[in-house]
Amino acid sequence: MEHKKMSGSQILIESMIKEGVDTIFGYPGGAIMPAFDALYDYRTRLNHILTRHEQGAAHAAQGYARVSGKTGVCLVTSGPAATNTVTGISDAMLDSTPMVVITGQVVAPLLGTDAFQEIDVVGITQPVTKWAYQIRRAEDIAWAVARAFYIAKSGRPGPVVLDITKNAQIQEAEFDYKPCTYIRSYIPVPEVNKDQVALAAEIINGAKKPYALVGQGVVLSGAEAELKTFLEKADIPAAWTLLGASAMPTDFRLNKGFLGMHGNVSPNMKTNECDVLIAIGMRFDDRVTGDLNTYAKQAKIVHLDIDIAEINKNVKADAPVLGSAKDTLPAITELLKPAKHTEWIDSFKVYDDQEFDKVIRKELYPESGEMTMGEVIRKISEATQHKAVIVTDVGQNQMMAARYSKYSQTRSLITSGGLGTMGFGIPAAMGAKIGAPERTVCMFSGDGGFQMTIQELGTIMQEQIGVKMIILNNHFLGMVRQWQEMFFEERYSFTEMQNPDFVAIAKAYRIDGTEVLKRDDLDAAIADMLKDDKPYLLVVNVEKKGMVYPMMPAGASVTNILLGE
Amino acid sequence: MENKLYTITIFSENTVGLLNQITIIFTRRAINIETLSVSPSALKGIHKFTITVYANENTVDKVVKQIDKRVDILKSYYNTDEDLVHQEIALYKVATDKLLGLGSIEKLVRQYNISILEMNETFVVFQKSGHYAETQQLFDELSTTVGVLQFIRSGRVAITKHKVERLSDMLETLKKFEQ
Repeated sequence: MEHKKMSGSQILIESMIKEGVDTIFGYPGGAIMPAFDALYDYRTRLNHILTRHEQGAAHAAQGYARVSGKTGVCLVTSGPAATNTVTGISDAMLDSTPMVVITGQVVAPLLGTDAFQEIDVVGITQPVTKWAYQIRRAEDIAWAVARAFYIAKSGRPGPVVLDITKNAQIQEAEFDYKPCTYIRSYIPVPEVNKDQVALAAEIINGAKKPYALVGQGVVLSGAEAELKTFLEKADIPAAWTLLGASAMPTDFRLNKGFLGMHGNVSPNMKTNECDVLIAIGMRFDDRVTGDLNTYAKQAKIVHLDIDIAEINKNVKADAPVLGSAKDTLPAITELLKPAKHTEWIDSFKVYDDQEFDKVIRKELYPESGEMTMGEVIRKISEATQHKAVIVTDVGQNQMMAARYSKYSQTRSLITSGGLGTMGFGIPAAMGAKIGAPERTVCMFSGDGGFQMTIQELGTIMQEQIGVKMIILNNHFLGMVRQWQEMFFEERYSFTEMQNPDFVAIAKAYRIDGTEVLKRDDLDAAIADMLKDDKPYLLVVNVEKKGMVYPMMPAGASVTNILLGE
Repeated sequence: MENKLYTITIFSENTVGLLNQITIIFTRRAINIETLSVSPSALKGIHKFTITVYANENTVDKVVKQIDKRVDILKSYYNTDEDLVHQEIALYKVATDKLLGLGSIEKLVRQYNISILEMNETFVVFQKSGHYAETQQLFDELSTTVGVLQFIRSGRVAITKHKVERLSDMLETLKKFEQ
């Protein structure tokens, strides 16, 4: 059969439409101009968001993907544009975010000649992508796009880079689109092994003090309901990693809180008290485990993961269960004996009370003194009925937002976990709002991270993206300052910041905003921010030397938790 | 865990940039590649990499899983020498006059099972295949007796002592997934 001839650029866009793409975050330039020219004819079918920097495009695509479960798409030119996306690509790699980044490239005959804006994009991005591929001929575009979307989204998701030479965008080829559903060298979802499932169930059935750790794998596989059934059947308390936040609602009876360096006390302490530890779609990151030599040594480890490379990587599993949590959780649940672990579950409360008394009360309900990050976050969570998508930047604002926001539905915390990218906040929030327009999106940032991608206020202005941005301004790089106070003899080496008038900057971008200096004005300012669906900047001046507690110092045991004075 | 010599075997699609994808996994963990050999395998379109490294088993196991995870890698596994029949090939160039100065080379040829690839009035090229220690022994002897003008040793090639190649199992499993 004769197929219609089209330019490579048209093929690229038609292929993306076949993959269900409706939004692209991008920035035009020399080597991608043919693709942008073709995009001009698709303005009614594809929503292109012009960011102010390619890093912004990458983080926006991440925010979009994280909130919607769809694959985020970036379209940028060669050279510096491509390198500007590398931070976002790396972030997506570490946080398993499905993303396809399309970069322009110089014409094929100029490859390898140090031509203008030529850089080895595939070489640069290979270590931080699931797949990076250069397309040099128009006839390869449809095939490569199909493969890219399949790889990005399937199995453990991740970023894919397609580097398309300019000649391939211009040349014509026949367009015949075949979605990719199989690559012989790639098995994205391992088959569930009955023996592994049986062994895991047997270990859990024998447990007196079972304990589950919930990671992003639950969210990525859409296994939130399966998780709940699993936990309820055998009455298993559970805690979540940073990226597993909101996989269980905060008020779920068996949800015992946040794991890791700045997590809650009981989830960390109980790791070393349980007799069976069930890790579900999480990878035992060092920020969760602390010192591996003292981590959960008393427990039998059941590890559910889709990625075999995670099994025994950091913690040796007594019962690995490979597969998607969506399949493995129900398979194990079926073999579980209904159980009650009331005494064990109640034992978490001792630590919870201790944490509330020593840390939470004064952070969330201070009666005097300067405003705290925690109280701002609590009030915003309450004012949004705990339904908002919370996006964070990185540092104290991030840990506070993760700790003190409450979650009522899944995919409600969008944060840079693995890479810890300052500057993630604003662009990721834009992407999140576009990916979930019906939801309120609140972005918490520090004064440092906000200025790393502050130019995206221009994108928010142009596209009228209704994100609610909150700067928790302490005039410091707060988390680094905290470490300097705790571990570097209060030598505040280059962490204090003189800041601009953020509200004036927002105003210059036609974005409403206000600065809160006194606690008495906070409620009214939050109400004003949330009164409509327009973008808004709320700057809250919080205590300069606030600390995030509890804290498990880097490399310390999970039971070595500091609670402050 | 003690460091040992491990042989990593990798089957991959024949696509551009695969070697880089593999080597960056070693680089990131500061593991030195001792030998590397790449060639088409018995199966059309599939390339085989044989890599040797000194490392402990825990590290090798993790590295192999990371390699296996790459999209274009079909199968990757590791062995120690006991599981393998392995071989390297070495070429030695020596000066003809010095060699003739030895009187007879019959003993050398018999002892080391050498073959002669090229001979002219200025130089002779020997070939010897064997384990590393064997090719090294000849190098050491020639170095002390006649001197070696040029020397090259290939990367290791190896075959497992299993009855069938593990790739065949893998391809068998894959058939289930194919529509």
